[in-house]
Amino acid sequence: MSKKAHLLIRKGRVIDPNNGRDEVLDLLVENGRLTRMAASLDAPGAQIINAEGLLVLPGLVDSCVHLSEPGAGRSGSITSETRAAASAGITHLCSQPDTYPVVDSTAVVRLIRERAGQAGFAKILPLAAMTQGLEGRQLAEMVTLKEAGCIGVSNGSKPVQDTLVLKRCFEYAATFGIPVMLRPQDEALSVGGCAHDGAVASRLGLIGIPAVAETIALSRALLLCEATSARLHIQQVSCAASVALIRDAKLRGLAVSADVCIHHLLLDESALENYRSDCHIQPPLRSQHDREALLAAAADGTIDAVCSQHIALGTSSKQAPFPASKAGISGVETLLPLMLDLVEQKAFTLMRAIELITSGPAHCLGRQVGHLEIGRPASLCLVDPRVQRTPAQQWLSAGKNSPWLHTRLYGMVNLTVCEGKISWDRELHNNAPEPAQ
Amino acid sequence: MIPSPPSANIQLTADGRLKHFLSIEGLPRSLLEEILDGAASFVGVGDRAIKKVPLLRGKTVVNLFFEASTRTRSTFELAAKRLSADVLNIDIAKSATSKGETLMDMLWNLEAMASDMFIVRHSDSGAPFFIADHVTPNVAVINAGDGRHAHPTQAMLDMYTIRHYKGGFAGLKVAIVGDVLHSRVARSQIHALNILGAEEVRVIGPKTLLPKDIESLGVTVYTDLAQGLRDVDVVIALRLQKERMDSALLPSESEFFRLYGLNNERLKTAKADAIVMHPGPINRGVEIASEVADGPRSVILHQVTFGIAVRMAVMSMCISGQESGA
Repeated sequence: MSKKAHLLIRKGRVIDPNNGRDEVLDLLVENGRLTRMAASLDAPGAQIINAEGLLVLPGLVDSCVHLSEPGAGRSGSITSETRAAASAGITHLCSQPDTYPVVDSTAVVRLIRERAGQAGFAKILPLAAMTQGLEGRQLAEMVTLKEAGCIGVSNGSKPVQDTLVLKRCFEYAATFGIPVMLRPQDEALSVGGCAHDGAVASRLGLIGIPAVAETIALSRALLLCEATSARLHIQQVSCAASVALIRDAKLRGLAVSADVCIHHLLLDESALENYRSDCHIQPPLRSQHDREALLAAAADGTIDAVCSQHIALGTSSKQAPFPASKAGISGVETLLPLMLDLVEQKAFTLMRAIELITSGPAHCLGRQVGHLEIGRPASLCLVDPRVQRTPAQQWLSAGKNSPWLHTRLYGMVNLTVCEGKISWDRELHNNAPEPAQ
Repeated sequence: MIPSPPSANIQLTADGRLKHFLSIEGLPRSLLEEILDGAASFVGVGDRAIKKVPLLRGKTVVNLFFEASTRTRSTFELAAKRLSADVLNIDIAKSATSKGETLMDMLWNLEAMASDMFIVRHSDSGAPFFIADHVTPNVAVINAGDGRHAHPTQAMLDMYTIRHYKGGFAGLKVAIVGDVLHSRVARSQIHALNILGAEEVRVIGPKTLLPKDIESLGVTVYTDLAQGLRDVDVVIALRLQKERMDSALLPSESEFFRLYGLNNERLKTAKADAIVMHPGPINRGVEIASEVADGPRSVILHQVTFGIAVRMAVMSMCISGQESGA
């Protein structure tokens, strides 16, 4: 990574949802910190970047990324995937504990942080395993893992079946102020499933995962949250009924937040026609009605954040009959373009769309990032909203598993600054040879 | 956005001829009738002294069975041989993919043997689509049963049987009874009956054995057998596998038989000339009583005979579709 940036970013349209700012401004980054924002600035010695016609956004925060390292049988490395994230304006990403070995020891946390630090493309905010080995039986060393740098605990995509264990996880985490992240899915109701239990799965003969598999687990988590006063973040809700439960919990004053995966805002079960394995994800794509409810919830604040749920998979993982293919989409590089697409479709205002991928997830994760605040290390990105291209034209993730590779989208990122250092410079990238991985 | 064309397109040539046979869904009525008419012309071949026609001479047909099967595989083998093809049986349950070879690697190997047709049975729904999507052009793929999705040749032989006994489909009420949830046969039958113009297709079973939103396939759902059988012309019993008792889908075989098993008494509400069918192998005393299976309404054994003719028709149509190169 380059040295601390000294930049004068001129005449960009600055959007900072954290304080509702949307105006054309000059931004000065000195010694890596954002020092001034004003209509017109001068800074002798600073690298001047003309941002006319560009959006200047806080560095994007992705609240759910599955790492390719260590282990886990996925494609690429921390280097390749954080670089892909940086190229799409992401500066902070929350990693899931489902690596191999899982994130239940400080050694694994250290390895992840070191690799990310050496690569220098994005800041990884790791989640620790909630239970040892994600097995749902014994608590992981949450406090030790927090001290090692984890920002919360989660059991990833493995449900904790035993309600007593889950209650104790919540109690223990609440004791030490550790946020609990949970992807609600009842194991018995989802075993063997690979699609939403609805008309499309019935017709294609795919084993369904009903929406109640999610709402039963979600209801249980919300009730335990209420009983234990844990700070709870719900990961990747997928159905209308979940939205209603979260809305109700928030009305009752529970300390709960929620995110949704971007693909659930754009696709529904019909995307599985012809057994398209690149649309095989978990939780499954649900009905059009569910998709509409998720969009409305993300617009009205019931859902706080939109994530990529990035999983980089090798070609052979998807080269199989649908039920045998691995679930997941390589998503960091399309998070912003797809959000801009939803703005185009009038699902969100531009301000709300940016909020859902900056300060929204930052609040869910309890981190002071995702905004443009004077005096803090600068994390921001410069986006050209006018250029339309296909993601395939510049794809950096080692996983080519995306249904959007050949869809024309807006939202090319010219420059990303991550905590004071330039982590992505498109011109430099275009003129430079491939770095060694 | 992602285009979602109907699942049928991959199996047709540009001019609408069959080049793979993967699913009945989305096929035009004329094509299904062409299969039935073709089968009619092959029915007599089995009665000749020399049971062969040269339509597939010089062609290599590979039976690619990833799931155990005796009857279906034998009828495909016999159908291919009666069309004068060379037949290679590969029992994959015991070989290749269990040694870690991927499905793709295996396909490339088989293609290298210059095969002209793959007959595929696989436990994963959609597997024949995947294979058809990845084989080199000019290799036809025929679905011999995939997961819970489709078993189109079985459904077509059932349609042949119905047409044989009922003369056609107009005005017919057909009831499909039992484990619809796990049945690829039922799904294919439902599509075929609707395309061929049956008046009403009913499914009858307890909610644990009915797929979610099955009405969207164009059926009326009944949970009561007596009501469901009222005035029907055709009754199709589905096989109930013993494993279903282990997964809390049903309390016992005897309770299932008491509520949904076909016997003469219960069939009284059906039309007097109603026929009873079953894709086999039958479980006597579970989904069907012996008095029905062996009784005058039963056409079960004829289904097997027609199966060879229907498969000959489908195979020759797919080969000629591939050769037309459109």
